[in-house]
Amino acid sequence: MRLAVASGKGGTGKTTVATNLAHVAALGGRSVVYLDCDVEEPNGAIFLKPRIEDDRPVCAPVPKVDMDKCTGCGDCGRICQFSAIVAMNRMVLTFPELCHGCAGCRLVCPSGAISEDQREIGRLQSGRAGEVHFVQGLLRIGAAMSPPVIRAVKAAAPPADLTILDCPPGTSCPVVEAMRGASYVLLVTEPTPFGLHDLKLAVETVRALDLPFGVVINRSDGGDGRTREFCERDRIRILAEIPDVRAVAEAYSRGVLASEASSTYRQGFEQLLRTLGEEVGR
Amino acid sequence: MKELVVISGKGGTGKTSLVASFAALAQPAVLADCDVDAADLHLVLAPRIVQRSSFSGGRRARIVGRRCTGCGKCEELCRFDAVRPDPVERGREGRIFRVDPIACEGCGVCAWFCSTGAIDFAPALNGEWFVSETRYGPMVHAKLGIAEENSGKLVSTVRAAARRVAQERGLDLVLIDGSPGIGCPVIASVTGASLALIVTEPTLSGQHDLDRVAKLLRHFGVPGLVCVNKWELNPRIADEIEAHARQQGLRPAGRVRYDPAVTRAQIAARSVVEFEANGCAEDIRAVWNQVRQALAGQPDLAAVTPEGHAPPPAAPEAPGPSAPVLPPDEEGIPSHGS
Repeated sequence: MRLAVASGKGGTGKTTVATNLAHVAALGGRSVVYLDCDVEEPNGAIFLKPRIEDDRPVCAPVPKVDMDKCTGCGDCGRICQFSAIVAMNRMVLTFPELCHGCAGCRLVCPSGAISEDQREIGRLQSGRAGEVHFVQGLLRIGAAMSPPVIRAVKAAAPPADLTILDCPPGTSCPVVEAMRGASYVLLVTEPTPFGLHDLKLAVETVRALDLPFGVVINRSDGGDGRTREFCERDRIRILAEIPDVRAVAEAYSRGVLASEASSTYRQGFEQLLRTLGEEVGR
Repeated sequence: MKELVVISGKGGTGKTSLVASFAALAQPAVLADCDVDAADLHLVLAPRIVQRSSFSGGRRARIVGRRCTGCGKCEELCRFDAVRPDPVERGREGRIFRVDPIACEGCGVCAWFCSTGAIDFAPALNGEWFVSETRYGPMVHAKLGIAEENSGKLVSTVRAAARRVAQERGLDLVLIDGSPGIGCPVIASVTGASLALIVTEPTLSGQHDLDRVAKLLRHFGVPGLVCVNKWELNPRIADEIEAHARQQGLRPAGRVRYDPAVTRAQIAARSVVEFEANGCAEDIRAVWNQVRQALAGQPDLAAVTPEGHAPPPAAPEAPGPSAPVLPPDEEGIPSHGS
């Protein structure tokens, strides 16, 4: 199973759910891969505490111009949709930060003046956290585009019984990149107006991608009843509700897994794993 | 005019609740919700939309079936895995291809190289943005389409519009609600701002994410303050965060206690300071005073040009065709190809 854990709103508990599921599944004897696809702000390592065994750059292709071969035709500037290469008066300027790596400029250049260089946009780190195979991406500070780093994280995953993709918040390209190819999406929300509004956006996103999904309500003892009403009305299955317990929140603040801090939580996540198995099996 | 941007690195630390309260305390200011792919500020401020504009951040390819000869050049050249043989036509003689609109990056390579001109490459509608009135003053906000690209460009659009509104109305503050993370929408919301307030929580995750977003601010030369929300959850980490923030050149702007009234205010569609006088509302007022003083020490931003484009903040995702005004690379040197 490739399980994506996502949410529209940030801070609803994606990483809590993803890391605890990885932990209890591995304790249960399954082969588990945990992929931290929140490459802008990855937090899975804080809880899983992996030993990183491999650390390599993630590079994106950017153009390199050989001015001796350039005829000044300007086609490179015309094909580029991202203003990453600008041609004027026999001068070609490149702006690697803006390049999406489509290779249009290289393909269009009639004199073969453009080749491809590699620019580091992040790191890809993998290792082991107990029995969990751990992979995370880290977007370089100042780099704008996270999807290539997310693609690198996904490509680095070995096959496993359970692959968990801890997704970034939001509804735009990084989330879509992370969720694509998942067999099931778990949307983590909280029962507040902000949580509900962003849950609706997340539901639209998974529906646009045509992926099966269910909801986990975190901090379920606060807020109001409108999130449950929405799920009922829209026939969305609520797979688990996680209450807010001060001792567990405090353990979280120190980077301790809820399933380690409390046996009630461990049983809760074991139950969620079984429920997920039934959902995906249907 | 000055711009204050509220960001966090980690999501869910309380940015929007704080911005809504600041809106009540600062009035009149122009509010700009730059968390364009999961905007929530409107849930508290109930804006009345007075102007609605569509947003196109780029183009998108679409194959016109009857003109497609099935040569497969588009599939071969696409680097984003967005072109596939049409499943309906697969196996039949004379296959055709289809572009997955969600996977399409909008680079136009397929359209350029299609030998029969079978690929349309028209501007895509990526979202909408609005100028509204709220009980605290004007607000500019947006809605990025589901699973859309170009959130950075939409953020730049919202910011530029907010500055225009501020100038027209003679208001001297734009209050920006930012998005989590450190990627393109965040870069687009912080570049060129007068001051950033980072809202964090006293957890190792909050601390880790604050560190990365603090580096981002330094990278783009934006001065910053730090506020620890729900600080009593772990006072030791709250202390560490503030000590570390000082080392990074950020100033602590005070702490906000955990208070269930924050959720109750949200449910009532009110800002916390409107909803109650005591508890964390007192803390928020104290933080606002710190922020106001820090803003007073910042220089005014340049006036907006009549065409409406604010001069400095061209985010990496967001320059117009003639505007390669770039932040320096990490090494501090803009990279140019010979």
